[in-house]
Formats: sequence, C-alpha cells, structure tokens
Amino acid sequence: MSKPRILILRAPGTNCDAETAYAFQCAGGLPEVVHLNRWLESPQLAANFQILCIPGGFSYGDDVAAGRIFANKIRHHLSDVMREFCDAGKLVLGICNGFQVLIKSGILDTDDGQGPTASLTWNDSGCYVARWVHLRKTNDKCVFLAGIEDAFLPIAHAEGKFVTRDAESFAQLESAEQLVLRYCPQPENGCRIAEPYNPNGAVGDVAGMCDKTGRVLGLMPHPERFIDPTQHPQWTRMPERPAGGGLHVFRNGVRYFS
Amino acid sequence: MLWEIDIHPQNSHPDREGQRVASQAHEMGIAQSLEVRSARGFLIESGSLDAACVQKLATNLFADVVVEQFVCGAVGSKQLLQSPGPPNGSGATLMQVLLKPGVMDPVAQSAETAVDDFGVAVDVVRTVRKYWIKGADDNQLQAIGSRLLANDAIEQVVTGPLPFDRLQLGSAYTLDLNTVALDSLDDEGLMHLSRTGQLYLQLAEMQTIQAHFAKLSRPPTDIELETIAQTWSEHCSHKTLAGRIAYQDEHGARHFDNMLKETIFAATETLRERWGDDDWCVSVFRDNAGIVRFDDQHNLAFKVETHNHPSALEPYGGANTGIGGVVRDTIGTGMGAKPICNTDVFCFAPPDTPSASLQGGVLDPKQVMRGVVSGVRDYGNRMGIPTVNGAVYFDPRYLGNPLVYCGNAGLIPRDKSFKAAEPGDLIVSVGGRTGRDGIHGATFSSAELTSESESVSGGAVQIGNAIEEKKVLDVLMEIRDQGLFNGITDCGAGGFSSAVGEMGEDIGAEVWLERAPVKYAGLSYTEIWISEAQERMVLSVPEDAWEEVRQLCANQDVEATVIGKFKPTGRLILKYTDQVVCDLSMQLLHEGRPPVIREAVYQAAPKQALDAPVRPDYTADLCSVLSCYNVASKQWIIRQYDHEVQGGSVLKPLVGAAMDGPGDAAILRPVLSSRRGVVIACGMNPRYGDYDTYAMAASAIDEAVRNCVAVGADPSRIAILDNFCWGDCEQSETLGSLVRAALACHDMSLVLETPFISGKDSLNNEFSYFDSSGLKQTIAIPPSLLISAMGQIEDVRTAVTMDLKSANNHLYLVGQTQDELGGSHFSLVSGLEGGSVPTVDAALARQTFAAVHQAVRNGLITSCHDLSEGGLAVAAAEMAFSGNVGAHIDLSMIPVDGEALGVAARLFSESNTRFLCEVSASHATQFEQTMSSIPCNRVGETVGQPHLRIVPKKEQAPVIDEQLDKLKKCWQQPLQW
Repeated sequence: MSKPRILILRAPGTNCDAETAYAFQCAGGLPEVVHLNRWLESPQLAANFQILCIPGGFSYGDDVAAGRIFANKIRHHLSDVMREFCDAGKLVLGICNGFQVLIKSGILDTDDGQGPTASLTWNDSGCYVARWVHLRKTNDKCVFLAGIEDAFLPIAHAEGKFVTRDAESFAQLESAEQLVLRYCPQPENGCRIAEPYNPNGAVGDVAGMCDKTGRVLGLMPHPERFIDPTQHPQWTRMPERPAGGGLHVFRNGVRYFS
Repeated sequence: MLWEIDIHPQNSHPDREGQRVASQAHEMGIAQSLEVRSARGFLIESGSLDAACVQKLATNLFADVVVEQFVCGAVGSKQLLQSPGPPNGSGATLMQVLLKPGVMDPVAQSAETAVDDFGVAVDVVRTVRKYWIKGADDNQLQAIGSRLLANDAIEQVVTGPLPFDRLQLGSAYTLDLNTVALDSLDDEGLMHLSRTGQLYLQLAEMQTIQAHFAKLSRPPTDIELETIAQTWSEHCSHKTLAGRIAYQDEHGARHFDNMLKETIFAATETLRERWGDDDWCVSVFRDNAGIVRFDDQHNLAFKVETHNHPSALEPYGGANTGIGGVVRDTIGTGMGAKPICNTDVFCFAPPDTPSASLQGGVLDPKQVMRGVVSGVRDYGNRMGIPTVNGAVYFDPRYLGNPLVYCGNAGLIPRDKSFKAAEPGDLIVSVGGRTGRDGIHGATFSSAELTSESESVSGGAVQIGNAIEEKKVLDVLMEIRDQGLFNGITDCGAGGFSSAVGEMGEDIGAEVWLERAPVKYAGLSYTEIWISEAQERMVLSVPEDAWEEVRQLCANQDVEATVIGKFKPTGRLILKYTDQVVCDLSMQLLHEGRPPVIREAVYQAAPKQALDAPVRPDYTADLCSVLSCYNVASKQWIIRQYDHEVQGGSVLKPLVGAAMDGPGDAAILRPVLSSRRGVVIACGMNPRYGDYDTYAMAASAIDEAVRNCVAVGADPSRIAILDNFCWGDCEQSETLGSLVRAALACHDMSLVLETPFISGKDSLNNEFSYFDSSGLKQTIAIPPSLLISAMGQIEDVRTAVTMDLKSANNHLYLVGQTQDELGGSHFSLVSGLEGGSVPTVDAALARQTFAAVHQAVRNGLITSCHDLSEGGLAVAAAEMAFSGNVGAHIDLSMIPVDGEALGVAARLFSESNTRFLCEVSASHATQFEQTMSSIPCNRVGETVGQPHLRIVPKKEQAPVIDEQLDKLKKCWQQPLQW
C-alpha cells in the first residue's frame, strides 16, 4: 500500500511544523505543510490526505487564549469538512497548541448541550514551563498510542492544565475512556525528576485525550521532540542509546493505513 | 459605540494575577495584607455591535467558560465597575491599566482578526487590565499603580471609571514642511539644538552640518537633520571604536585610525590569509551577522546585540524587542538566514537590593529581572526559536543601567550568503506597520541614562509582536528560495532611515513616505522615516518580481508595500506626496562625519596583595560561593524558555541525573537529517575588569572557547563575537580600558586561531541622578565584555556532559592552577580585595584545547566540566551533585605553577584553561598519553557515597566535606523564585 499523506496544518505562529513533518517522514509517511489560509480557500483539499496534524506553536500568538482563534476558524469555516474527514475513518493529531485547538473547536467530543465541558487553561504556576515528564497510558482506545504503555517526553507550554466544567464532566469523559494519557510519578528505573510529576496541575493528571472513536488525539507533550536518541535529556548517561520514544506515536498513525 | 467585555476567573478558580499583585506588594514592602481581584478587559469600538452580539463574542471568543466568567456592557455601565467576586462593595478601589496610545497591543490586534470570523465589523479593539484593591490607602495605591501594575513608559493607570467613551484613532495629517535655521547659531546654540532635538550629536558634527548647509545656501529640513543624526549616531556608526584614538599605556603611545579595524578585524584578516584555501569564514564584519561555513550545503550566521537602555526603562518591552531585533538581524543577513537558536546574557543589580536604597527613580532590580526574563521568554518562545544558552551576572553598578544581550544564530544556504541591491530595484517594506513607537531609539541608546529619561524618551520604548515577525520569517524564507529579491535588511535602530540608507549607500534611493502603511493616521513624514516600529524588513525587489512577492505575502497575511526605488543618483531623496522633504548626498551621510580624535589612557591599577584566610575547613566558603548569585542555579529562568523547539536539541542547558545541572554549552542539530552539531557558549567576567581589562578580555575568550571544547566542539572551528558594554568613553580612562580589552581580543584571537566574525558595542552605560542634597551622582557600569562562541561538532554522538556518571572512575585536572584569587568569587563572598587576576597563556591554551578535544572525540572522557567561577571546588561540587555521584579529591595532586600554593587558592583560584575530567579506569592510560604534553594530573576518583570530600594531602583531614544534597541546595535556593 502507498504511504499515507499527512496534512500538517500551520497558522500564523505555528512553530513546530518542520520537526513534526520530519517525524512523520521518519515514520514512513508523506507529510506536507499547508497554511491554514490555503485550506480556508479550498476546504476540499483535506480529502487528499489520510492524517491531519495540527502541530505545536503559538497560533495567533495565543492571544485571547491559547488555540482559541484557530479553533474558532475551524468552528466557523471548516466544521463540515472536519466532520467528513473524521467520519471517513481518518486520523487527527493535535500536539500542544494543536491539542488546545482541537479541544476548543469541539473535535474531541467535549461539547454538550450547555457548551464545552473541558478545556486547557493556565498552568497552576501561572508560567510557561519547558521540561520532561513521565506519562502513562490508561486504556487501549487510541490508535496513536497502540503498543505504548508509558513514555518519557518533553512538555513546553503555559496553558496546558486540563480542566473540566465539573466533576461529572470529568467522570463522563473518563468512563468514555477518552482520557487516555496521564502524567505519572517516576516509574521504577525511570529518570529522576526533581519537580512535581504533574507539571501544570491538570485535573486527573490528564496529559492527552482522544475523541469517542479513538482516532482523534490531542496531547500536551511533544512526541516530535524525541525522534533521535540524542534528544533524550540524559542520553550521555546511558550506556545503551535510548530509542526515540516519541517516534511510536507517528508510526502508529502511519501504520494504521498500511 | 464603545463596548467592554471583562473576563474574570470563575469564583471557584484562583485569580493568579490578583495573587501576584498582593504577594509582590507584600514582598516590596508596599502593603502587608491586600485583597486584590483582577480581570482582563477588551474595549471594542463598533457602530454595528448590539448587546446580544457582545454576549456572543464574550461566550464564544473572549472567555473560556469552563473556567472563566465575564461581565459586559457599554463603557460607563455600572456592572463594569463592580467585581463579581471579593473584594467588592465599598472599600475596594478600581484601578485600570491601559497601554498608552500608539503602544503596540498584539492581543488587541489578534482580537480584531478573531472578531472578523463572527462576521462582525469593529473599528478598533484595545485591551485593559482591571484591579479591585482593598486594604490600601491613597499613597499605597499610588505606589502599587506605579511600581506593580503599570510602567509609566508605556502604560497609564486610571483610578475609577474610564474617562472616555470612544477610542482615539488619530486624525489626518497634512504636510507641513519644517526647516531648522542653523546659520545664526553659535556653538552653544548648536549643542542646545543637539540635546533638545534628541540628535545627541557632538559639537564638531553639528558644525560640519552647519557648514554643509551654509554652502548649499539653504537651511536643512527637520527630516534631513534627523537622518544625519541617525546615520552618525554611535548606535549606527560606532564612531568611537571605529574612530581615531590616541592610546597610551605602559608600552607607550599608539595611534589608531580605526581602532576596531586595526585590532579585532585585523586579527581575523590575518587568520583568513594564514588559512588560505582552508579559510572557513565566509562574511565577517560587513553584514548584519557574521557568517561561517557549516556543511556542504549550509553556512551559519551569528550575532549578539544589546538592548540596555530600553530595558532599563521598560524591562519587558526592552528585552522583548531586543530579541525581536537580533532575530531580524539574522533574517536580514545575506539573502536571509533562518534563526536556529537564541542566547541571552543579562547583568542586573543584586535582586536583594533594599527598595529603600533605590534612588533617582530606578526600577527595583527584582522587577527588572522578572520583566527582562518574561520579555525574552514571550518573544523567543513565540518565534519558535529555542533559547539554549545564557548567563546572568550581578553587580550593584548595573542598578540604573542593566545590560541585556540578545543573540541569535541562523542557518543559511551557502549560495544565499551575499546580497546587493541593484539600481532600479523597488524598495519594499514587509511586515508590521509604522507607528509613533520607537522614535529616537538610535540616538537615545547613544546617550547617558538619567532619571528624566523616562519622560524624555518614552517613545523609544516599545512592545514587540512576535507573531508578526514569525509570519514575516515564514514568508521571507519562501521568497528567498524562489530568488525573488536582490537584497534584504532589517529595520532596526533608525528605522527606514538606516535600512534604506545602508542598502542604497552605493546607489542612491528615492522614497515615497506617504506610501508606507501606518498603524494610525496623523504621522508626519519625519515620524514615518525614523520610527523604529518593530517587525519590519526592507527588501530590494526587481520590478518584474514584485507582483509575485506581493502575492506570496498576501497569501500569508503579511503586508508588503512598495515605498520607493533605488535610483542611481548617489542621493537620498525623500518625498511626501510629491514634495521633496529631504535631498542629501549618500556621500555626506556615510563619509561626511568629521573625524574626531579621542584620547585613551590605560594606567594599571596599583597592585595589592591578597591574604587569603587560612582555615582548617572551607566547606562553609564553598557553600557561600555556590549560593552567590553569579554562580547559583538559573533554573527559574531556564525552565521558562523553550529550548527544544525545532527538534534538534542535543545538549540542553540543564543536564545530569535530575536534569538540573549547569551544562557548559548547548548543542543542537540544525539539519535534522544530519549528525553535525552547532555548539553555543559564552564567557564574561565583569569582576576582572576592575583589575585589568586585558586579563578580563582574555579570560572571557578562554572561557567561551573552553565551554565549547568541554562538550566536544572542535577548537579549530569556533567563531566568536565581541559585545563591549562600557561607560562614558569620552573619558580617556574609560576608553583606555576598552582599547586595552580590544588589544587582548586581537592577541588571543591570533594565537588561539579563533576568529571574531562580528560584534557590537554599547557605550555610555551610565546612570545619573540627583541625590537628596541635590548633587549629581553618576554610576558607571563595570567594563562588561561578553564573548559569545559558536562552535561545531562533527558528530553530536561524541558530545559529553558535565555530570559525573558513576563511581570508581578517575578524576583528572587538566591545566595549571595559579595564585589567581584576584576578582574571584571566593574574594567576593569573603569581602577580600587585591590579588592577581587570572591571565591566559594563549599558546598553552591552544594546545590544551586541542588535547582535550582529541580525548573527547576518541571517547576517553566520561564527563568534563570547565573550571570558572569558584574554581576547582565549585566545578567538583557541580559535577558531583549534578550526577549524584560522590567525589574524593587530593589538592596536593593538582598541577600548579612552581611555588607552594595555599589551600584557598587551590580550591577557589579561577585560573583559566582548566577542565575537570572523569575518565574510566580502562581509558586512563590512553587519556594520560593524549594529555602528555600539557599540565594534567590524576587528582582523585568518583565514589559511591553521595558526598564531596577534598583533602589537602593524602591521609590529612578534609578541608571540604559535605553531602551532595546539601551542596545542591546551597546552589539552587538563592534564585528559586
């Protein structure tokens, strides 16, 4: 089967598009970086792709709120093609700012009759933070996380704290098995982290979530920043070169179509 | 109609901004127990909005209703004055903070775009921050307003309701051509004009201008005077250091026609000739950044700038636009380089400077530090450029004049490394619009700061809009790759005036000022010309390529406008609606400045002996040095910077077993498919300058290079930059100390074969104020030379870090330790004066760097750390606690220079060119062979117990004995904010 094509969608302020494209390429896919304006001009262009990825960055400067303006563009102008894309059994991945866009545009099935039930807001520290975190998968629902039990990846964000409207909303998302990726304490033999394991105060330690189908994933950590062993923060301490743990996520996406 | 939407946290969620204000008011001693509530507001002016629509915008755009609530209404409505949560009701005072008119408001700009998506027409959006404060009297409120909530340079505070019901949009401008009569002015009159007109030119320069226009039998227009002042400003022309200097030191007198050219540039030229076909420099001292070779397809560009004076007045905006500016330097180098990493170095007064001691309206150093760090963070992170390296130095003399060095490296295709505008090319402005912001930045940064600077030069202070610059970067890389322009440069200091002036220097240019897109109506022709509004680039585009350039920019929401043409006239002609407002010859601008000979004298400071205390135990001294601000962990800053974006991170700023140890240099791979790496490091020792600026400069170079070598960089491929920040160089002693540093740069560069490829200077870093008895006091900064280094590593997999890896390895000290406690951090924390400042044996340094590199490349070294602030004791402690591996060291084994050396000097001397290396037993023999021709000895071993134990001699009681967690705590605590 031919390689799947990946639409890497960038908007003004997106800044992880190149390395995300590179990660998909290493995973065996055919990525193409496309400006949001081009998609707005011709909504049908997405039909030529199997995976849509919204990479990290500061779309529209994170002004007003992270991901909000980008998300509204999708809600106002692209919601139909987005729905078609998902309904066709294709995959959507949102990383960091991409996760913020997905959750605020409703694509992760977080809206109910009274509006959104979940969001990403300011870290408890009130501050941007860049460091590595331990992660644990909670169930097998998500396509992108197949075969991954735990992971060690970097985060870099100011508005990454997962919140829900109330405890009931959290319980619903949890029972629908959507809250697939959690920050977790240092596993045995895992790298020691002096800082708290949950970097932003996320409710339920949620680091990433998927939609009801498991084919749309949003996550705050950056898997594209751990493709090569030398990206690991402790590679010089390791006798065996660590595998680039983030690459699995992209391989899972590509393999889904082969 | 003017609507307002206020966003509040829901009552069950924390109000972090309110908490910040309350806790900082407490910390600064303004008020002990405040209740503060904050909100973010948006003011929206529109003729077509109704209440329902405002409600919809609030719900679906401005508020995150999962965690926030909103209040909205027409400005003036009662509900906007009440907070929906405590403190409310009587006793709470509402204070509202607005940006002054004309100050960049990026959030408002984005909001205007976002409202468009709702199909609603709005005229203008502005942001406001609101605070309800309870528990403060009028004086306290005033202090909170001016010191915590707002910076008067860019913001205003309104107490109570907003006193307006529409937003000012500016009114139309009609041409009013002004001339300035010079012929009747005597010397005093000329200097008065120079100061009050913020030209900051010297008498000889004013006289030259006067004579020039007398010959033309016409007075200059105001814009002509401004253009000359900008072009001749210290900031743009570096007239002091690139000028004539009569220098005198202990070796006698020396005359320079162009000091920089005859010292630093000359060394690079000599090296390039020496290398012949192996020359790896590409473009040095001519473009916005220096360029060197990287691999078969790419070159690297590197530049470090300073943004000191704006940062003194408005730390956030100053640092923000400092980063924005240096990134534009990279984008404007050659035909455009792609920024790959930032490096930032700051100098502040100690953050614990008591508030009560602050004189002359200076900002609290802690506030300055917070502002600068956030300014760099918000611009660098948004641009998607990893900030990988930096340093922070503290000295009380940086109080009114902090230093903010912002650096950037870029990657550029080899065939895009040079540019030249062609006659007939269109002058195209790309990016941000021109506004009244940043007027007089170039001439202002060349003047001394005074306590009145804030009111005189408020316009020189700006806020950046990183996303605008990111859009410009993205589109310019595409246009570059399609070969659609002949030249590019950034609008930095001097705005269009210097950008067009530089590009058209050899051709001539005609500019149609009314065509430049402006942020609001009412700008005069002069304001358009000299505004330093951010995020603008100037391209030189052949006429037949213009349409394609315009289309590509429009496709990505970037504004591009033709504002003139490079005409082969040799003149700079400016028109406003067809009327000529400026007609100057390029020759006058670029070669007409009168030569001034400046006196420079260096006299060695009198030698003074240093008696280091002799004690049985130095553990407490080690803790003090580790806790000293210069040495202490900068984790609080580093964690706020994205250092991994672009995906090429190899060595991060923090390394080790818990990812919190101080790495010597950062490494990244700018080409993701390649193993070749770029190494970034720096060196600086302002304390040594008080002893001898030659030693200071040599030490800074040695430090920058050894940091690179410590992680594995090839010492024969390290390029360096100089950044001189000095006091008032009209004083011969001050200039003399600078010339002496430049001579050291020349000498070191030649012997190490490490070329300088670019540089920058910032003079007049002094702060003046009138003390309580009315006397003028001036604080000059210490001589501050930053050396930034960009190295290369063939295969990043050979890199090493500084954290100890495991027990039972050997520890070797490479390099000779001398009695050099002068200016050391041991002296600083012990309150000692005098002693010898570290010097450099350049020839030995070159050999040492080569040997260490060979050992690293051959995989013989497990960990390696350079010895710098705090000497051997600090290096050993840092390696041990970063790796969580203990160490035993025997001081009698360290290589020393001849005579007996005291224990304090062995522990804390800051002698240059030294490394502490961890080597496994199996590599010991080969390592020792590699080091056979340089001073190197086995001094100890790594151990299983988590402690650092240093003995003066085998079998003797330890002089340092401490648990690693205790040492780490000393090092981490001081700046853990």
